[in-house]
Amino acid sequence: MKIAVCLKRVPDTEMRFAIAADGTSLDSAGLKYDISDFDGYAVEIALRLNEQQGPGEVVVVALGPDALQETLRKALSMGVDRGIHLQADPVPYDGFSIAQALASELAGQGFDLILFGRVATDTGNGMVGPMTAHLMDLPCVTAISRLEIAAGKGTAHRELEGATETVTFPLPAILTIDEGIARPRLPSLKGIMAAKKKPIESRPAALGPVRLTVDRLELPPERAGGRIVGEGPDAVPELVRLLHEEAKVL
Amino acid sequence: MADTFAFAEFRAGAFRKVAFETVSAARRAADATGGGTVTALAMGAPGLSAKAAELGRYGADRVIVVEHAELARYSPEVFAGTAAAQLKAGSYRAGFFSASAEGRDLAPRVAAALGQSLASDITSFEITADALTARHPVYVGKAIATLRLTGTPALVSLRPGAMVAVEQSRTAQVETAAPALDPASARVVVTELAQRPAARMDLGEAPVVISGGRGLKSAENFKLVEDLASAFGNAAVGATRAVTDDGWRPSSDQIGQTGRLVSPALYVAVGISGAIQHLAGMRTARVIVAINRDKDAPIFKVADYGIVGDLFEVVPPLIEAVKRARAEHQ
Repeated sequence: MKIAVCLKRVPDTEMRFAIAADGTSLDSAGLKYDISDFDGYAVEIALRLNEQQGPGEVVVVALGPDALQETLRKALSMGVDRGIHLQADPVPYDGFSIAQALASELAGQGFDLILFGRVATDTGNGMVGPMTAHLMDLPCVTAISRLEIAAGKGTAHRELEGATETVTFPLPAILTIDEGIARPRLPSLKGIMAAKKKPIESRPAALGPVRLTVDRLELPPERAGGRIVGEGPDAVPELVRLLHEEAKVL
Repeated sequence: MADTFAFAEFRAGAFRKVAFETVSAARRAADATGGGTVTALAMGAPGLSAKAAELGRYGADRVIVVEHAELARYSPEVFAGTAAAQLKAGSYRAGFFSASAEGRDLAPRVAAALGQSLASDITSFEITADALTARHPVYVGKAIATLRLTGTPALVSLRPGAMVAVEQSRTAQVETAAPALDPASARVVVTELAQRPAARMDLGEAPVVISGGRGLKSAENFKLVEDLASAFGNAAVGATRAVTDDGWRPSSDQIGQTGRLVSPALYVAVGISGAIQHLAGMRTARVIVAINRDKDAPIFKVADYGIVGDLFEVVPPLIEAVKRARAEHQ
């Protein structure tokens, strides 16, 4: 199958964050960037599908500054065939603007599947996949935790609150990938060497108009926290009293 | 004066709590912009119309009911097409969806169909004639963005539980409409909806969440967490990623960066050290309690109340004490 994976380069959220002087973005000093968590799962699924179902092609597509090429190269070292870098610096917050760039890039290229992560760990929106699907008039299933593809049709599972949906769809389609399907593989040394020779095309992103922007970015108020009620079972009565009288949650 | 729109989720014969939250937010937005009409759209299997008037209690003036035998389960293309058609048919200043599992699938499709953007998973908002501003946790809760959305209708999805549904005394007028496309023509079809055992409340809706980590040592010991949840009565059970990775609990129970994000009134962390990946999913809880044997565990830095000790010694008396307290204060 010919599969595209749309991924996002995001800051590692294990880092300590600071707000930049503009008050609307992160201070990039010292930040490390990587493939967004769920996008890594999407790459893994694409590679496995082609390993199981015979030869095909996996292409990674992303928007970002020049430094994005390093992130795309990581996907190539996992086994992806080639990369497409859509230049945008910064990447707008507006998911619909991004979806328009991706739809215009991906249209007419004959992809059987276009995969996204369920949500990016930076903005936490999860909207670009289904918006791109609408713009390309492709069937779309979001947040899937299981996937089977056979004879041009797919079956997926989605986890809802307290329930699991089974969903069927025809190919070509756009899917967004939840956790639980497959842990992303680590690049092998051989893969890293091979990735150096794989192609990455680069061109400006055809972004749509931006109607959603960040006015302000703040760190959340520190939780006061740190209050130890006591040690061992003897502290239980005091905890229950506090939950009832002070916190009023019991 | 501005009219607003809300999508009201209906599943298994009843409105979901998030339906009341979207209707209530639409009411507040209409009132904030001069007091227009609130229209709610509800879609589902026949029988829905009998319940539709309930939405009046949360501020709906008008409920559009789309009933169809094939809409007992969610149908993304039919729901999105119908919501987009209804939004186009009115002159709405804003449209409210939930950032529930269904809403997160539905709202972006509707936005794209209207050629609009979407402020997703917001925890609060302000609206004027020109712009909507909203707050939304980003970087897995490590920062809060204040967003500005232009365009009409302004479309948003609300983080479940973040905005309380406010009761009103209104009488909603109920109308019926047909789906915008034939459900039989949908390409994406939900063929089965398997409810997990409903013994517990859902993580996103429960006012109390009791979570367990590796400190429980085995899947069997999760019974302690279950029993504590039962003692509270209104609690759901969650778990850390380490626990779901080990298969002690289903992955749908995972709370954290790659799992569910919850904001309950009370979060009790049992045997959880407090890795950043886990804190990302629960740090917005109103009150956090931690029980852990390691006094230096990072969970104590975010906990309002901590007990340092062996959970196997602390939790059993806590279960009894919670039961007693509930019996006394009911």
